[in-house]
Amino acid sequence: ASAQFQLAVPVAVVFAPESVPGDLPRPLPFRDVQEMEIPVNLRTTVTTRYETIYRSTTAQEEAALGAATAREADAALHPLQDTSLGSLTMYVVPETSSLLPQGISVYVGKHRSALVRAGGGLAALRARLQQLTQVMSFTVSSITAALSDRVPDGQLGPDARRHLKSSLGYEITFSLLNPDPKSHAVDWDIEDAVNRYVQPVLDKLSLVANFSVDSQILYYAVLGVTPRFDKESSSFLLSAHSLPHVINPVEARLGSSAASLYPVLNFLLYVPERSHSPLYIQDKDGAPVSTNAFHSPRWGGIMVYNVEAPASPQASLPLHVEVDMVRVMEVFLAQLRLLFGLSREELPPEFLLESPGNEGLADWELDRLLWAHTVENIATVSTTLTSLAQLLDKIGNIVIKDDVASEVYRAVASAQSAVAELAVGHLHSAFQASKEAVTSSERAFFDPSLLHLLYFPDDQKFAIYIPLFLPMAVPILLSLAKIVRETRQRKKEPTKVD
Amino acid sequence: VCTSRFWFNYRHVANTLSVYRSVKRLGIPDSHIVLMLADDMACNPRNPKPATVFSHKNMELNVYGDDVEVDYRSYEVTVENFLRVLTGRIPPSTPRSKRLLSDDRSNILIYMTGHGGNGFLKFQDSEEITNVELADAFEQMWQKRRYNELLFIIDTCQGASMYERFYSPNIMALASSQVGEDSLSHQPDLGIGVHLMDRYTFYVLEFLEEIHPASQTNMNDLFQVCPKSLCVSTPGHRTDLFQRDPQNVLITDFFGSVRKVEITTETISLDPDLADFERKHPKDELATEPLKYAEQLPVAHIIHQKPKQKDWHPPGGFILGLWALIIMVFFKTYGIKHMKHIF
Repeated sequence: ASAQFQLAVPVAVVFAPESVPGDLPRPLPFRDVQEMEIPVNLRTTVTTRYETIYRSTTAQEEAALGAATAREADAALHPLQDTSLGSLTMYVVPETSSLLPQGISVYVGKHRSALVRAGGGLAALRARLQQLTQVMSFTVSSITAALSDRVPDGQLGPDARRHLKSSLGYEITFSLLNPDPKSHAVDWDIEDAVNRYVQPVLDKLSLVANFSVDSQILYYAVLGVTPRFDKESSSFLLSAHSLPHVINPVEARLGSSAASLYPVLNFLLYVPERSHSPLYIQDKDGAPVSTNAFHSPRWGGIMVYNVEAPASPQASLPLHVEVDMVRVMEVFLAQLRLLFGLSREELPPEFLLESPGNEGLADWELDRLLWAHTVENIATVSTTLTSLAQLLDKIGNIVIKDDVASEVYRAVASAQSAVAELAVGHLHSAFQASKEAVTSSERAFFDPSLLHLLYFPDDQKFAIYIPLFLPMAVPILLSLAKIVRETRQRKKEPTKVD
Repeated sequence: VCTSRFWFNYRHVANTLSVYRSVKRLGIPDSHIVLMLADDMACNPRNPKPATVFSHKNMELNVYGDDVEVDYRSYEVTVENFLRVLTGRIPPSTPRSKRLLSDDRSNILIYMTGHGGNGFLKFQDSEEITNVELADAFEQMWQKRRYNELLFIIDTCQGASMYERFYSPNIMALASSQVGEDSLSHQPDLGIGVHLMDRYTFYVLEFLEEIHPASQTNMNDLFQVCPKSLCVSTPGHRTDLFQRDPQNVLITDFFGSVRKVEITTETISLDPDLADFERKHPKDELATEPLKYAEQLPVAHIIHQKPKQKDWHPPGGFILGLWALIIMVFFKTYGIKHMKHIF
């Protein structure tokens, strides 16, 4: 189905005193609109509009920018800026300003703003702005990945289908795997850890979807792969190419078939057996991985938690192990971010990103997710409704119930409103509308009453109806012929009177 | 999917269970397998070895075992349920194990066996699924991107006719015999009294025995399985809809499950003290009332609920027209004076 998306991003560029470049086309404040087209395929195009306002700082903003460090400035500027979802504010500070450390030209804060070092005139500033919007809102590849259904396979990059698909809810399961309960009695305070560390992140993500969390402990659950003993480090190693085979034997025991219909994200903490401790994961170059963890796209992550050998060999087994939940949750939450596609690794060197702290993700990262999910939702609705229409055209005798029809109407209305909101730059309402549209269209498409068991080959139709109607039709047709003959005869002899 | 029932179709159940075992051995868990069987073999009164289904004479391998998870059994194996599983149009009360929860990165293997003919496959001796319906179901799956690649294997007589009508991309199909040929069974077991396996599936299983989760064997080898000398029928395959070259497609892409993994190199930093300060979360003391059976709908009410009154519709145009024609012709031919004899 053809679709035209217009994504409007409201951007504000605020110049601190002494940072205004000399070659501005007009005096401040002024507006500017930059449009760019991203062709996705023959029938889908995405146009991005950056509606930029260039202005100078207000007195309050100047005071905020006088802070000692970039972090404090960011915190002070937060209440003064436009906090609607999807908007960006870029503060340009003088070249000599001490807010940004040496060698850093751009500092991206926790919310929706960034501090940029001035210098180089308007063209350089525009280039910086371009880079910044790529980082903080969306890139060509993130939009193309969201529309991956429509892009021919050859054009998709390697991470096109890595990230979790947009869904109304996700179920997160934390599992502790203890293959050797005789040696280790492992205790993890998962409930406390979930309340303290996981819940703030999920609260921040609650705008995107509903999350539910469970946890379980599995005993005698082994990895499917035997690790190698490495004499030099006197530890056991799992090489990178044996990792793909680790997940399957465990998956059968995870009980994911009892969970809800939402996609399930599994986070496993594996405490190796006494005889295989310590266990380290090797990356492709043979170096041990610092996090001792790996993840599988759209599935979840596994972390290996090594327990130190007891001080004395006569220590009584089982050893009591209290898991350090902070270390574990740091890795699991990082894996959760990666599963959603929020990576901080591919950035230009002169960028400095503020750590989001316990919230897990910055506001602009939430925006990135929302842009991608909104576009994906609208594209899905369009494809679903078009294929539903094609199905109903093809098989004429499917009955469409009233509630299916009303779901379709609702889906169309919501999708149209989502597209309209996107074109204006209201990301929040666009996302909500797109969620409603997806819910309605999925309900309409997957309605159980639309099953088409109605294909009859032509020869079957003849074989059924002819023996039924032909014998009955013979006397009728003969009588009709007789009537016609009589009428014709009467017409021919009107004057014959006896 | 095994589409036959009755004792003399033992071999179809053995076929299906053997493929199920191989697929489990290569790593696919039960939560990712939908098994449809009539399941009337193991406990059939005619089975001399109850609770077993053997796939090889001399009773070497019991493929029924004790961890078979049949998702659709007995009378639930119908064309309607099969199409519902494929297209996803399932009533909301269906449990997760009976659903196909695949997405655009899933590779799906479909194995069907039973009795078939030119363009159709017989289900449970009472209905059929045609190749057109199957092709349409796959197209519905493709429209919703419910699969990345699909491998369709069918072991019936004239099996190649079932894949003739496919038109959706990324489908590869294998069949045990061409149109006009019969697929033959492998060997009878004199102790049990029926044929135990079909030839094509027997040789496919011999081939799969040598595959392990890390093996690099590709699809071209699978196409060579069971040449005419061994199978009597000519196995066929169809790869024109498939985008990749079969040479590059590993057997384990469909029969096993090798995940893509990435090493986690990023971490975030959590501040435990900050968490403690922010999260003084009082435990929700929800007084949940224990559910009592008495509060559900009274049994009498459930049993005697009247069926919904169906609205009466006047007869349709066709019936009315037919009767009008009959009556008119009758009276025209025989004259109106006969009316008094009728009324």
